[in-house]
Amino acid sequence: MRVGVITFPGTLDDVDAQRAVRYADGEAVPLWHGDHDLKGVDAVIVPGGFSYGDYLRCGAIARFAPVMQEVIEAANKGMPVLGICNGFQILAEAHLLPGALVRNHKLHFVCRDQWLKVENNTTAWTGRYDLGAEILVPLKSGEGGYQADEDTLKELEDDNRVVFRYVGDNPNGSRNNIAGISNARGNVVGLMPHPEHAIDALTGPTDDGLGVFLSLLDTVVNA
Amino acid sequence: MARVVVDVMPKPEILDPQGQAVANALPRLGFDGITAVRQGKHFELEVADDVDDATLAKIAETFLANPVIEDWTVRRVEA
Repeated sequence: MRVGVITFPGTLDDVDAQRAVRYADGEAVPLWHGDHDLKGVDAVIVPGGFSYGDYLRCGAIARFAPVMQEVIEAANKGMPVLGICNGFQILAEAHLLPGALVRNHKLHFVCRDQWLKVENNTTAWTGRYDLGAEILVPLKSGEGGYQADEDTLKELEDDNRVVFRYVGDNPNGSRNNIAGISNARGNVVGLMPHPEHAIDALTGPTDDGLGVFLSLLDTVVNA
Repeated sequence: MARVVVDVMPKPEILDPQGQAVANALPRLGFDGITAVRQGKHFELEVADDVDDATLAKIAETFLANPVIEDWTVRRVEA
């Protein structure tokens, strides 16, 4: 399994995402924002950070990077794509996922270990989890409030496209406590919390996040 | 060359915590009578004469604003 991990100027979590891929017995392939090809990878992770300094809006400039044009095309053909934190914001700006991420409702940057409930275990990135499983992974974002219009929220709920939901207090004002969603096909998933920071109890709160990357392994092997 | 102003505002139904924070600060600073504040973005573009309105609208809609959460207006002004 070869998994591309994109680095934009200002990306922070590409190294941890690459490490998570290796923990799942995959080969991590670094992709640069200026690349015009995906180097034959089986899947792509758009990691967290502050691409282009979050100028204009989070993800608004990264969405137009050359490598993203390749990602958009591949995602629309069914390639598994995961956006974490800033990566989720980028996928939303790229219209691969509906809605938008806005400033946290209490204006504070939130950095804490966060319980999530797995609401859909049929996506390309969540097959290893039991439905309804609760996992503990870090959340660290200032603009993580998920917003969408009522019709979009209803569609997401009705079509079972809410993949992760916050457990307990809503940390950022996200509508319906949404932490992560998928596209209709289930190959593209975005979430604000960071599973790649929770793959080993030595370096994270749990290893609960490793399931995301093992799920991808299953998806790629079974493809 | 012409000057074009693009104003981008959060949609009315979208929570604007920054505007609320400003509104909440005003009474503390002794300014009464301000009942609501909404915070947006103001862009000033220096534009060549052959750039048409449709192009300006496309710039605003696809890049300067995110229509999921923001409304935008484009107007040409005296430089």
